[in-house]
Amino acid sequence: MKKKIETILIFMFLVFFSIGTLYPVLNILSVSLKTDNAFHSQSLALIQIREKFEDINNNNKWDEGEIFFDKNENGIWDAGSGLRSYFNLFKDTDFLLWSRNSIIISLLVTMTGVVFASIGGYALSRFKFKGREFGMIALLTTQMFPATMLLLPFFILLSYLGLINSYLGLIIIYSSTALPFCIWQMKGYYDTIPPALEESARLDGCTQLQAFYKIILPLSSPALVITALFSFMASWSEYVVAAIILQDPKLYTLPLGLKSFQASLSTQWGLYAAGAVVVSIPVTILFISLSKYLVSGLTMGSVKE
Amino acid sequence: MSKVILKNISKSYGSNEILKNINLDIYDSEFLVLVGPSGCGKSTTLRLIAGLESPDDGEIIINNSIVNNMDPSKRDIAMVFQNYALYPQMTVKENMGFGLKIRKYKKEEIDTRVIETAKTLKIDNLLDRKPKALSGGQRQRVALGRAIVRKPKVFLFDEPLSNLDAKLRQEMRVEIKRLYKLLNTTMIYVTHDQTEAMTMGSRIVVMNNGKIEQVDSPENTYLKPKSIFSSSFIGAPKINLINGELYKEESEWYFHSNGIKLQIKSTHYQYSNFKAEKVTFGIRAEDINANLKINEEKDQINLIKGSVDFIENLGSEMNLHIKMLDNNFIIKCERKLQVRENQEVQMCFDVDQGHFFNFKTGKILC
Repeated sequence: MKKKIETILIFMFLVFFSIGTLYPVLNILSVSLKTDNAFHSQSLALIQIREKFEDINNNNKWDEGEIFFDKNENGIWDAGSGLRSYFNLFKDTDFLLWSRNSIIISLLVTMTGVVFASIGGYALSRFKFKGREFGMIALLTTQMFPATMLLLPFFILLSYLGLINSYLGLIIIYSSTALPFCIWQMKGYYDTIPPALEESARLDGCTQLQAFYKIILPLSSPALVITALFSFMASWSEYVVAAIILQDPKLYTLPLGLKSFQASLSTQWGLYAAGAVVVSIPVTILFISLSKYLVSGLTMGSVKE
Repeated sequence: MSKVILKNISKSYGSNEILKNINLDIYDSEFLVLVGPSGCGKSTTLRLIAGLESPDDGEIIINNSIVNNMDPSKRDIAMVFQNYALYPQMTVKENMGFGLKIRKYKKEEIDTRVIETAKTLKIDNLLDRKPKALSGGQRQRVALGRAIVRKPKVFLFDEPLSNLDAKLRQEMRVEIKRLYKLLNTTMIYVTHDQTEAMTMGSRIVVMNNGKIEQVDSPENTYLKPKSIFSSSFIGAPKINLINGELYKEESEWYFHSNGIKLQIKSTHYQYSNFKAEKVTFGIRAEDINANLKINEEKDQINLIKGSVDFIENLGSEMNLHIKMLDNNFIIKCERKLQVRENQEVQMCFDVDQGHFFNFKTGKILC
C-alpha cells in the first residue's frame, strides 16, 4: 500500500513537471502555426480549422463583432493553421542573416572553449606549478558574478579596444564567461583518468604533448562534448550582452533578431514563435547527435581500480 | 649491454624525504628485485629510473650516460604498471603496437612483432579485443606484451602481480621468470611480497624508510641478513627476535634474556666480534626444533620449555606458535609431529644458525 502511494506521488510529480515543461513548447509551436497573431489564444491545438465568418466590413478579414461559426469551440475566431509564419520568416525578415551571424559566433566560441578548456584543464589536472591553486580559485570566482554586473566594464573595455559592434568583441566576452566553467569541467574529468596511462605512453615513446592528444584527449570525449555544448548554448541563446555590443541590425544574432519582431505597439507573434521554433532546432539536433558520446565508462578496463 | 647505476640519489616531496642517498649498481641482464614495505621508496626508485620523476640530487646512469635530464620517451625503457595502464580505446593489438608505431616502425614489422610476442604470451587469440573485455590476468599479459614487443634496454615492473589473485600470481611469477630467461635483459622488479622477491630475483635489494638495507642474492639475504629489518622482512614465517644481553662466562659466550640462556658455540661466524652488550638475537623458525619428550636433566644446553599456543597447519608442514614467559616463538615442524595445543614442548635452539644484531642500530654484529 505504502509503495503504491509512493508510486502515485512520483507519477503525479513527474506529470506535473512534464506539463510545466511541455506547455510553453506546445504553446509556441501552436502560435507559430496559426496564420494570425493569435498569441492570446489558450488553445494548444496544433492544427486549427479556419472558421467561416460573416464579413460585414467586406475587407476579407475578421473584425471584432463579426459573427463567426465557432467550429473549434474555443470562443474565439480562428484564422486556421499553416506554415505562413515560417514562410514569412525566411522571406520577409533577415532571419537567415541572423542565423549566419549566430552560427559563426557560436561555432567560434565553441572552438575556443574546447581548445582552451581541454588544454587548460589538463594543465591544472596534471601539473603542479606556482599559482595553480590561485588560478583555480580565480576561475571559480569569476563565476560568482552575474553576467549583467560585468556589462558595463565589458562595454568600456571593448570600446577602448574598438570592438563594439563586432563579432570579435562578442566572441571574446562569450568565451571568457564560458571558459572558467569549461576548464573546471575538463579538469574534473582528467582527474578521473589515471596518470599511469600517460606515463605508459611516455615510456612507449610519446612526448608529453603526444601522450595528451593521442591517449588522453580521445578518452575525454564525454567531457569535450559537454564543454562544446555548454559553450555553444552560452552563445547561441544569449541576449543581454549581444544587445549591448551589437547595434547594427546586420550583425544581429538570432535572439536579437527575434526580439526585433517585438515592437512597442504591435508584435508579430507568429513570426516570433516560428523564429523561436527554428532557433531551437539546431540545439535539439546537436543534443541528440552528441548524446551518444555522453556515455561514461570510457576508461573502463584500462586500469584496475 | 644495459647497466643502470644510481649514484647518491635523493628525492623528497615537500618535507617528506622519500629516498636518502641511494647508491645502487644494477648489472647487465640481471633480474633485480626491490623489496620493502609500502612507502619505503622502492616505487619512487623505479620511477626515477623510468624518468617519470627526477631526482633532487645524484645521478642516474644508463649505459655509461647520465640520463637525469633525458625524457622518458628517449630512455628506451619499458614499464609494466601495477594497474596495467592499458589504453582503453585501443584493441590489444593496437596497445601492443603503440610504442612501435610512435617510433615509426613499418606496419608489417609491427604486425610481425606483435603477433610473435602475443604467441609467446598466449594472447594471440585476444588481439582484436579491447581491454575491458579481458580478465585481470589477460590484461597483465597484454601489459607484459606491450613492454616486450619493443625490445627495450631495461624492463621495469611496478608491483605487476599485486592485483591478481593468489593462484594467478603464482602462474604469472613463473611466466615472468620464463620471459626473463628468454629475453635475458636487465629487469628491475618492485614488490612488497618477499616470496616474489625470493623466488624471482637474481639479487634482492631490501629497502626501508628511503634507504637500502641490503643488496644480496636471495640466498644470502635469507641466510645472512645484515640488519634486523632485512631479517624480519624476508622469510615466512617471520624470524624470531629476542632482546637480551651477551656475556662471557668461563671463556664461553652466552646470550641471556628473560628465562632464556643460550650458549654460543665458538664456531659461530660472528664470534670474534662479540663484546658484552645488549643485543637482539634472531633465529629462523626452522632453526628451532620442538621436542615432545621433555628432558628434565639440569645443565641442558640451549633447550627451553614452552607451551604450544596454537598450530598453523600448512599441509606439508606446521608452524607452532609457542609461548614462553613473555616471549612468543614460531617453530616450523614436520606435519607428522603429534602435537596438541597447550601441550608443553621443549625448544632446541640451533644457535649457530642465529644472528646477533646490535640492539641500538639494528645492524648485524660483525
